[in-house]
Amino acid sequence: MVIARKIDDTLPHVPVQRSAATLSLAYVWVAYIAFGLAAVAGMVQGMVRGGIMELPSWTNYYQILTAHGVLMALIFTTYFIVGFIFSGVARTTGGSLHGAALKFGWAGWILMTLGTLMAVVTILMNEASVLYTFYAPLKASPYFYIGSALLVVGSWLAGFGVFASYRKWKRENKGKTSPLFLYMGVTTYILWITATIPVAVEVLFQLIPWSLGLVPTINVMLSRTLFWFFGHPLVYFWLLPAYMAWYVCLPRIIGGHIFSDSLSRLAFICLLLFSIPVGFHHQLMEPGISPAWKMIHVTLTLIVVIPSLMTAFSMFAIFETTGRKKGGVGLFGWFKKLPWTDVRFFAPFVGMLFFIPGGAGGIINASNQINAVVHNTIWVTGHFHITVGAAVALTFFGVTFWLIPALTGRQLTKTANRMGMVQTVFWAVGMFLMSLAMHTMGLQGAPRRTDYTTYMDHPLALGWMDYQRVMAFGGGLLFVSAILLILILLYLTFYAPKGNTEYPIAETETTQEVPKILERWPVWIGLVAFLIILAYGYPILQQIQHQAPGSPPFVTW
Amino acid sequence: MHLHRYEKIWLMLGAGGLALFIVLLCVNAFAMGMAPPSNMEMIDPEKVTETPPFDKPGLKQVGDNEYDAYMTAFAFGFAPTKMEIPVGATVNFHVTSPDVIHGFQIPETNINFMVLPGHISSATHTFDKPGEYLILCNEYCGAGHQVMATTIIVK
Ligand code: HEM
Ligand SMILES: [Cu+2]
Ligand SMILES: [Cu+2]
Repeated sequence: MVIARKIDDTLPHVPVQRSAATLSLAYVWVAYIAFGLAAVAGMVQGMVRGGIMELPSWTNYYQILTAHGVLMALIFTTYFIVGFIFSGVARTTGGSLHGAALKFGWAGWILMTLGTLMAVVTILMNEASVLYTFYAPLKASPYFYIGSALLVVGSWLAGFGVFASYRKWKRENKGKTSPLFLYMGVTTYILWITATIPVAVEVLFQLIPWSLGLVPTINVMLSRTLFWFFGHPLVYFWLLPAYMAWYVCLPRIIGGHIFSDSLSRLAFICLLLFSIPVGFHHQLMEPGISPAWKMIHVTLTLIVVIPSLMTAFSMFAIFETTGRKKGGVGLFGWFKKLPWTDVRFFAPFVGMLFFIPGGAGGIINASNQINAVVHNTIWVTGHFHITVGAAVALTFFGVTFWLIPALTGRQLTKTANRMGMVQTVFWAVGMFLMSLAMHTMGLQGAPRRTDYTTYMDHPLALGWMDYQRVMAFGGGLLFVSAILLILILLYLTFYAPKGNTEYPIAETETTQEVPKILERWPVWIGLVAFLIILAYGYPILQQIQHQAPGSPPFVTW
Repeated sequence: MHLHRYEKIWLMLGAGGLALFIVLLCVNAFAMGMAPPSNMEMIDPEKVTETPPFDKPGLKQVGDNEYDAYMTAFAFGFAPTKMEIPVGATVNFHVTSPDVIHGFQIPETNINFMVLPGHISSATHTFDKPGEYLILCNEYCGAGHQVMATTIIVK
């Protein structure tokens, strides 16, 4: 059940109270500042790889690539997600955040921002060109690692804020099922906190002491395992908030209802369970992990196919039932009834389309030996640009178009909507071209994370150049789209006319019984712990007991 | 919890396909011996240049038309720098790193693995076609990563 506030449409109003709205906006705007800077870096990368431009001597390709990876994958996503979830939690629990949640929210923002600044400064000083995966024994400045640790801890505080809101709601609504958005927000943070514990351990107990010179060497294998323990659920941390928008906000935008409250919750629980114990699928091509353990992780990885199919079914079921109710007839008549000119629908919908090849590519990547064909080629980069860079990012853009005016008490005007449509088309075409080129060239062996090179004019590498240029062209379109987006968001924050913008939260059509078990968190957290011990207990023990001789630090850039 | 009939069918087809797929992957890996490269041998990364056989990287003939290639991957190159083998030769690559992490990839073959300091990576390939095969590093290893490559000539 969702509590909607009574809305008086004659007065301008904010669907969430000013204090919560400001907190949310503070997060969302840091996200888009990081996004804007990272978009410049991304465009430059494409141009450099395509041989269209050369970098000046005061910078280098890998410094720029580190900035792009960190700002896009870690800063843009995390800030946006934290801000979005806070706003939605406020919206679905009566319109405001209480004192504890606000305090946690701001404390988190301060820690995260401090951490971000530390990391960014070390990158700018070229003391941390280790890419966003910071694989040891490449050694960045200790401040880079300390900054990352602050970022993680800050995000935990934000999570505690959401847990506090959840507790308060539960106390005040004894025996009732929590609002779906709130439930999903809580699940997302349980996933995030569980996933970031191992990387925090890596950073605090391995990287920081080693980079400070307190210990001479590092266990490289263990550091990689801890990193990928985090690295895969990281992608689900990006995805779950996009799913929240799909499950809860999108039905309302198209004038429909939530398909099934319980199944939505069940899908989130499945994603929580099966996104964590799977990190070895990023380490399939490495020595030191046995084929049997790799296969166990591959199997657990592929189980996410089930909640993904559930999501696909729900989405199209919502689209079809809503389209039919609006008078769509025949097999596909309902399709035409969807609000194609409403950017709040159009952007996430285009994102969903990208998710179809994205999911198929994911199955290929996870498939044990087929991974040898694509591992560390630029195919992989193509893959995550259509999943996170298109499906998730377009959903976030679609959300931002209504979120910002809803929080600032302004209107998403017709013009802004139209500009948003143009921006979406540019992004989609740009991503399509860039990722198609990346996928194709990757299959032919072109490596990712690599500056312009022809490998001494090897004919094979020369053959990739045409694709590199297509990739650069796609990157150019993406850059134009990014600028347009920032302009629209500035307009919506500061200049759009005052007025009412809906914060779309859908409800179920009829009251639905939700099984109590879905909110018994100890059961699910226990299962998560069980799966983690099953998948990681023995391998991590082995990596500590039978570790390879350690590695001293290297600075090779 | 109510499941729509179509959704049941949809999920059952999905789960069935998935189960079949996983079984195929297992057969492929364990019955047909095509598991991903997972060598368990270790080595002290600070002593690679003193540890045989990596002190003298190169090709060693071990069979009729079969070779062991002991190689090092370092910032920013591979040793040995020159390798030549006859068409149809099977090569068992054994690679390690004295410094940071590198990649080892031969495009147009299925040779593609990580090289971690402290570990020895191995994989085997039979070169059936003549040519000058590119060997490149596909994991970022520093400022010269893009020049880290060599070739293997198959005649
Ligand atoms: C303006 C839009 C964008 C452009 C032009 C762009 C371009 C690129 C290019 C060319 C690379 C490949 C570099 C290489 O491997 O040598 C890259 C890497 C990457 N991009 Fe983007 N990208 C864009 C947006 C995004 C978005 C929205 C995300 C995620 C939210 C993202 C995340 C990444 C990540 C994580 C990497 C990998 C970095 C690494 O390998 O260390 N990008 N991008
Ligand atoms: Cu993954
Ligand atoms: Cu390299």
